[in-house]
Amino acid sequence: MRFWRTPLDQDRFHTPRGRIHLIVERCKGCGFCVEYCPRDVLRLSERFNKKGYHYPEAVCEDACVDCNLCEVICPEFAIFSEAVTEESGPASDATRQGGGR
Amino acid sequence: MKKQEQAAGIPQAAEASAGPAAPATTAPAPAAPQHPKDRLLRGDRLPHIWCPTCGIGTCVSSFVEAIEASGIAEERFAIVSGIGCTGRVAGYIKLDSFHTTHGRAIPFATGLHLANPELKVVVFSGDGDLVAIGGNHLIHAARRNIDITVICVNNFIYGMTGGQCAPTTPYGARTTTSPHGNCEYPFNVPHLVASCGAVYVARWTALHVRRMKQAMVEAVQKRGFSFVEVIAPCSTLYARKNRLGTGYDLMKFYHDNCEVRHGADTSTVDIGFQERIVVGKFVDLEKPTFLDRLNEHRERRARKD
Amino acid sequence: MSKNEAVLTGEHFMNGDVAVAEGALAAGCTFFAGYPITPATEVAERMAERMAEVGGIYIQMEDEIASMGAILGAAWGGRKSMTATSGPGFSLMMENLGLGMMTETPCVLVNVQRGGPSTGLPTLVGQQDMMQARWGSHGDYGVIALCPNSPQECFDLTIDAFNLSETYRLPVLVMSDEVVGHMTEKVVIPPAERIQLVPRRHTPLPPGEYRPFEPREDLVPDMVAAGENYRLHVTGLTHDERGYPAVTAPVQQRTVPRLLEKIRANAERIVRFEADGLEDAQVVVVCYGITSRVARLAVDLARGRGVRVGIFRLITAWPFPERAIGELSARVRGFVVPEINLGQMVHEVERCAAGRARTLHVGNAGGSVHEPETILAAIEEAAR
Repeated sequence: MRFWRTPLDQDRFHTPRGRIHLIVERCKGCGFCVEYCPRDVLRLSERFNKKGYHYPEAVCEDACVDCNLCEVICPEFAIFSEAVTEESGPASDATRQGGGR
Repeated sequence: MKKQEQAAGIPQAAEASAGPAAPATTAPAPAAPQHPKDRLLRGDRLPHIWCPTCGIGTCVSSFVEAIEASGIAEERFAIVSGIGCTGRVAGYIKLDSFHTTHGRAIPFATGLHLANPELKVVVFSGDGDLVAIGGNHLIHAARRNIDITVICVNNFIYGMTGGQCAPTTPYGARTTTSPHGNCEYPFNVPHLVASCGAVYVARWTALHVRRMKQAMVEAVQKRGFSFVEVIAPCSTLYARKNRLGTGYDLMKFYHDNCEVRHGADTSTVDIGFQERIVVGKFVDLEKPTFLDRLNEHRERRARKD
Repeated sequence: MSKNEAVLTGEHFMNGDVAVAEGALAAGCTFFAGYPITPATEVAERMAERMAEVGGIYIQMEDEIASMGAILGAAWGGRKSMTATSGPGFSLMMENLGLGMMTETPCVLVNVQRGGPSTGLPTLVGQQDMMQARWGSHGDYGVIALCPNSPQECFDLTIDAFNLSETYRLPVLVMSDEVVGHMTEKVVIPPAERIQLVPRRHTPLPPGEYRPFEPREDLVPDMVAAGENYRLHVTGLTHDERGYPAVTAPVQQRTVPRLLEKIRANAERIVRFEADGLEDAQVVVVCYGITSRVARLAVDLARGRGVRVGIFRLITAWPFPERAIGELSARVRGFVVPEINLGQMVHEVERCAAGRARTLHVGNAGGSVHEPETILAAIEEAAR
């Protein structure tokens, strides 16, 4: 998020971060998760699973906000995101807000 | 929750089932987290039989979230389905589930519900099963306001048997039994069900995962006959036979051509071939259920004695 | 006595259909789904009246297909359930009867037979669905079918039908007929304590260990109800012991024969018949339902004329008493099989006699019971 001035309560709100997990052998390469991820985290990989389907990979996992849309929209129950807990405090939030979208 | 560092790609999560292990790409880590929905799925039967880009899996995914969000204890749910691609849903959900005869899920569900009204009975079936062969049972259960929820996955075709024309197939669409284009009028399913007395009628598409889930939550919480129609892509048959691409392309079509009109007059929500689809919550009203009326009669009778 | 009782202990004057309903209530039936059809409508009407009194559920479904589906659902909801119909409805129920057989669902289906085929004779008697009772639905499965010949038996055999359905975990048929259904006679209903009921065979195993289609030693699996956290899956597809669809030849060949075997292996316990005068018989009249009442008179007349004739009345039409008929065929001259159809149970008699004795059919296309003289003539012919 980009702000024209730093909000006064910025330290109370943290953009969630997520980590993607994939069950490769369940994926059928439908592409729904890639298309509908609101942060464009995913793309279809060059690699493929045992059935020959190209499964997704993360291009910029830092952008994942653990919205779980990929998890819900996947027809195969092959992908989900997991919330990442921060070890460091608000300061790193400020630095992160410069990047991403 | 441990972080799994990897050079590229995504950490491979463990299969919940006894299936083949994911290829090892990092140093061994503690067992990776299970898919959050696997708890309510029969993981030993996954991957399921539905085609790539089929929308049924997405509907099941939203439904599993709806069960968890509904506030209703899981063991109270009983899933009843009929025959067809969507009919296979009962076999994948890890709750009391019944896979019955073609078109007859609703009478079975009626008996199940009346025998034990504590059960939350959900009929999960397809358009052909519910509206063609099962049409009579659909309208009577709606008329009686039986307290069950019916989720109708409408892919405009009979999928399991290879892509025949259904009473929901839009005018002009090609199927194996309408090879020159369907010449019949299709059903406007929300209108049909609403006019028979359903107390909750909503329509979404497989794309609208969050709103579909919310509709499913409202439907199961609703007292009375609640109906959710979900327009879903059928890639191998409907999309392919009509040169519409795959389910992926149909999802994009839903994205660009759906109009959300809550409270719309259901007589205006028909679906033409590759035309706009009206979605939303159309009916949400209160009305005594079949059992309410039955019990009311009995109490009145008992007071007379 | 209060009509809020399920068991109306006492002496009554009631017709067969009403007696069927009372028998069901005495057996603990608390769910009835039906559709009006002559001559079975009185069963539904009595149930509609009495379910309100005993706190059960009566629902009139939109057709017979829905009725059969609803009673299967109610059984899995934990109740004893029943439906009643006649020929045309019986045909409609066949697909769901097959579902009940494949899923091994206990319930009772009453067919008050009338003249057919098709719409036929709605108000007149027939016994024309006997083979359909055995073979009506597609695929292989075993059948238990009981034939009452009086309102008293309508009461008694309906209770037996529920007990058999719980013991062997399948839908059981009561094959009544229009005359027995509409005839009014004395029915004695005993005190509830004297009525023996078989409760649902609930598994002792906890969730996780229980498998809905794993048979016990008697080839019958235990049962549960939905809502008990067993998370069971029940399907009409060929399935394994867990209930999961397994549409392969090996699973079919392993699991489906048991649907027949569980009846065949237990046939000696299930088969019931009423026999009289077999010891020195030269002719045996094999009969069932209302025809057995007429045959009784014909047998007495024949005996009066010196013919050594016995009567063998089927109480269970299915499983058929193969062993008893086979043994008789070795020592009698002939069988006489009167029935209100053009040849159904007679084929079973012929099959079991295997050519050792003559079999004379006394058929009747339907609409009226036999004249005793017709049966008498056949008895004398068989004795020749």
